[in-house]
Amino acid sequence: MSALPLHAQVINLLAAILLLLAFAMLTQRRVLSLIDLFAAQGLALAVSTGIVAAYTGQAHLWWSAGITLALKVVALPWILHRLIRRLDVKWDVERLVNVPTTMLIGIVLVVFSFNLAVPISQLSGTITRATLGIAMASVMLSFLMMITRRKAIPQVIGFLSMENGLFFAATSATYGMPMVVELGIALDVLVGVLILGVFFFQIREQFDSLDLQHLEKLQEGE
Amino acid sequence: MTAAGILSQFLQAGLALALAPLLVGWVAMCRAWLANRSAPPITLPYRTIRKLFAKDAVVAHNASPIFRLTPYVVFGAMVCSAAIIPSLATEVPFAAAADAIALVGLFALARVFIALAAMDIGTAFGSLGARREMFVGFLAEPALLMVLFTASLISGSTSLPSIVDTLAHRELAIYPSLAFSGVAFTMVSLAENARIPVDNPATHLELTMIHEAMLLEYSARHLALLEWASALKLLNYSCIGLALFFPFGIAGGDGDWGAIALAVPALVAKLGAGGFALALIETVSAKMRIFRAPAFLGPAFLLAVLAMLVHLLLGS
Repeated sequence: MSALPLHAQVINLLAAILLLLAFAMLTQRRVLSLIDLFAAQGLALAVSTGIVAAYTGQAHLWWSAGITLALKVVALPWILHRLIRRLDVKWDVERLVNVPTTMLIGIVLVVFSFNLAVPISQLSGTITRATLGIAMASVMLSFLMMITRRKAIPQVIGFLSMENGLFFAATSATYGMPMVVELGIALDVLVGVLILGVFFFQIREQFDSLDLQHLEKLQEGE
Repeated sequence: MTAAGILSQFLQAGLALALAPLLVGWVAMCRAWLANRSAPPITLPYRTIRKLFAKDAVVAHNASPIFRLTPYVVFGAMVCSAAIIPSLATEVPFAAAADAIALVGLFALARVFIALAAMDIGTAFGSLGARREMFVGFLAEPALLMVLFTASLISGSTSLPSIVDTLAHRELAIYPSLAFSGVAFTMVSLAENARIPVDNPATHLELTMIHEAMLLEYSARHLALLEWASALKLLNYSCIGLALFFPFGIAGGDGDWGAIALAVPALVAKLGAGGFALALIETVSAKMRIFRAPAFLGPAFLLAVLAMLVHLLLGS
């Protein structure tokens, strides 16, 4: 067994935790715990970005770690908590499509993305390239979460955690994107959540529920 | 095979037999302390076993030979597995007879026999307990196998002594896969040993029993053997967990007498800490409904599979 340097080991550990958190989010029923898990995922992401920054000495990675911490651990969970309080959907226990089945599909997705990542990560020369598979797996799992959820807020959290996975992929494969791109994405996510928050109120006013199945029918004859 | 190997083999099996009731007594003691009660003496399980051996056995009229045979089969399976698990030294000559998968098979053999015996008499509680036991077993066994597979992948062998040898003599590093499988293994052990989130070992209410319900028809020496066997099972699971995840202090395979002498107090200390941790888990968690068991053991399986996948991807 080849001995990795300590920071690579810590990044591997954080990657594994990220994957575990993605699974926890996939199987979580309560909206409030979902937000906590999302905040924990953001924290793991910020720490791993910080470690990569400390090791490679790239100043802009410190910035992106800071932005991640501020946005995904503090701001977005706060906004989501406030939304839930205002919408009064705190006790919204979601009827999931059979947790064990979802879990098994998730495992298949992980195997798929690990296989997909192996040839790609061989092209990459960074210390953290092994984590690319985990980053792809968390993107896939967030996708699955968005597909299996019916309510609006968990879908938005799935969308946000997909962005987490993409961000992790960017850090692990290429040591992060240019600062402008990162700032753009961060702002996009923030504005996106704000706009979706307004949408929630509109959807609920229209249908008396946040169940997105109501949006699937076309309203005719009105 | 050296003299030291044979000695440590016998020492290990004998120690397991002697220590198993002590571990059960210690866990009961810790639980009483944590619940602010005065604790029963730590030797209580020994006294119970001695008392039961002195009594006359009563067997139902319609009992078949399976019913009489089961205590011996279960006890034998547990003693065999205690001899296979490298808890003191990695040089255990007997371990060549069975690897990690056969060990799971031994546990399964004991489970099948005890379930058959419980259904043999035809009482309602017996078959109820047997069905529940098989239900929990069918959920826990794949997870246990996955944990052992992860350990086998790390060391490249399914033989328990070489797994422990590899794990004990590796470089100190962070292994996410081992952390995941450690958590999965703890959950599986709780379920397999009829501990609190799944079953309550101290219950007197037949309707909620799983393991105890299967023993209701047994008395005297049969019951003593089964109680001893379940204590041995707890010790075996603890020893597997300690050997896989805390393999420090286990003597190597070079016939070193001093190392074996040091391994005994190390094992006792680790078991003491493990027993306290078990009592702590049992005190802070509530027993869940039997139909919630999949929600407890499903994540254990998931963790075990993730541990294997993470190991394959990250190589750590």
